[in-house]
Amino acid sequence: MRIEAIGCEPLQLRRVHLENSGSIDVYRRNGGYAAIKKVLDGMSPDDVINEVKKSSLRGRGGAGFPTGMKWSFVPKDSPKPKYVVCNADESEPGTFKDRYLMERDPHMLIEGMLIAAYALNSKTSYIYTRGEYKYLIDIMDVALAEARAAGLVGNKILGSEFSHEIYTHTGAGAYICGEETALLSSLEGLRGHPRMKPPFPAVSGLYACPTVVNNVETLTAVPDIINMGGEAYQKLGTEKSGGTKLWSVSGHVNSPGVYELPMGYDDMEKFIFEDCGGMLDGQKLKAVIPGGSSVYIMRADQIIGKDVRMDYEGLVAAGSMVGSGGFIVMDETVDVFESTKNLTEFYKHESCGWCTPCREGTDWLVKVFKRIENGGGRPEDAQLMLDLCDNIEGKSFCPLGDAAAWPIQSAIKRFPEDFKRRLFEPQKGS
Amino acid sequence: MSAQVVNIQPLSQPVDLGVEPATFSPEVEAEIDRNLAKYPVARSAILPLMFIVQRERGYLDPAGVLYLANRLKVRVTDIWEVATFYSMIHTDPIGKYHIQVCRTLSCKIRGAGKVTEHCSQKLGIKVGETTTDGRFTLSEVECLGSCGTAPMFQINFDYHENLTPEKIDQILDALP
Repeated sequence: MRIEAIGCEPLQLRRVHLENSGSIDVYRRNGGYAAIKKVLDGMSPDDVINEVKKSSLRGRGGAGFPTGMKWSFVPKDSPKPKYVVCNADESEPGTFKDRYLMERDPHMLIEGMLIAAYALNSKTSYIYTRGEYKYLIDIMDVALAEARAAGLVGNKILGSEFSHEIYTHTGAGAYICGEETALLSSLEGLRGHPRMKPPFPAVSGLYACPTVVNNVETLTAVPDIINMGGEAYQKLGTEKSGGTKLWSVSGHVNSPGVYELPMGYDDMEKFIFEDCGGMLDGQKLKAVIPGGSSVYIMRADQIIGKDVRMDYEGLVAAGSMVGSGGFIVMDETVDVFESTKNLTEFYKHESCGWCTPCREGTDWLVKVFKRIENGGGRPEDAQLMLDLCDNIEGKSFCPLGDAAAWPIQSAIKRFPEDFKRRLFEPQKGS
Repeated sequence: MSAQVVNIQPLSQPVDLGVEPATFSPEVEAEIDRNLAKYPVARSAILPLMFIVQRERGYLDPAGVLYLANRLKVRVTDIWEVATFYSMIHTDPIGKYHIQVCRTLSCKIRGAGKVTEHCSQKLGIKVGETTTDGRFTLSEVECLGSCGTAPMFQINFDYHENLTPEKIDQILDALP
């Protein structure tokens, strides 16, 4: 597995290869905790939010919402306590970047959370980590103890009037808890059901108090934004997509791994065939899911010779999305009917059951997939599946429903041959 | 068929699980206190505490549920409703080593099926089953965030990545 920056100086990945990179000493010797010092030495909370706004940083968990704007929604005059919650529930299939950030550079996350907390006048924050990543919770607890001992977490941080406590928290194996309102339900000790928005968490989140939920990669970008200034950070990327982005590359490439690219990296084809070491066993590229399992699947001919730009706008123009940056490469041995069935089973299993379209819809979709797989395909099944998707997409309570529908809609549209075979010649196709 | 008259208990009745609440050593109690101290609302500690009970008792059994209800000052049903939502909380006994093979796309296209098959043959159990000696339970789980090092499985909390049949044999044979 490679962990490298391509096309830019490593920013988020700059310390990951250092020996003992997770320790506070190595972090401090390599520029760590300079940003929080700068903030405490003379920036107001509004200054911090303005820098983040200028940076064009967008939420790296999947939705891509502008981070500075999210922070500015927290009402300043609210008498209630405010919370910062780090979303480390990384569960989107194909995504594993946060894991390496926390494993190799936990103090970068702590510093990012401290700066966010200062900007929002928050005294307490939680790191909600998926239960399977228990070893990361242990790493974060060690790092937090180091930071506490160094006066960086706790009362009167670095001698200032700013006090903040950070706690780790564990999930227990539910994909839905990566959705921010479901995460908050879970953090309150309830089933991980999403909540109605509005009110948005910025107004009424954890314990009905103003809360900002940010992904690990979003928060770890904040120290650099403060150090270099929002504008300089933005210029590393494009106008609307500032900075750099981590891509988790998996599937049929020679060098899977975590790659840091500048936003706007302008050639997806080169990325696959050169930067990621090319296709495994010299096979031909068939498909790419560029942003985690939920986004539209792309055909090879949408990528090869098309100069696909890897940022929010570029990928939308190319027919998909950045999402979480879970970049799954598939060669010609993959049957897209099967890969889509695999993902649909994932969504069926992970649907929280709260709303009917998602709970029943994903269940029916899996039933149809299984019938087709067992040789019971009918010509009208493609339309049947699209109708089912249509009854989920935009009609379910939270985005999990959309996430379940999009892979199927795009797979049927872009890889009809893998479906037709089974629908029109079911016995032959199965 | 005739309808039977059932005496429905009012909801305020405490649920009788027929067991005494579990008890724990002072060290474990202290660990539980440390977890509770993180939150302004005790109920928030429900998942961390469930993991502790599971670790101490093998799974979240009725005595453990009763303990948690008392400790968090919530109803027994509140504990059950949370326990049954999360796939990592086990309300039935489970093997000493829980082999969780990732089955989702990135692992699937890099040979997850063969990993499951190999484990299944080696241990003589199907997915979802436990060996008769109670040592191994085999499960297929959804994406564990190990896609760049596929195929993989997690045994209890430990990640084992880039698996091959030989490597699987080594790992399973080396378990105490």
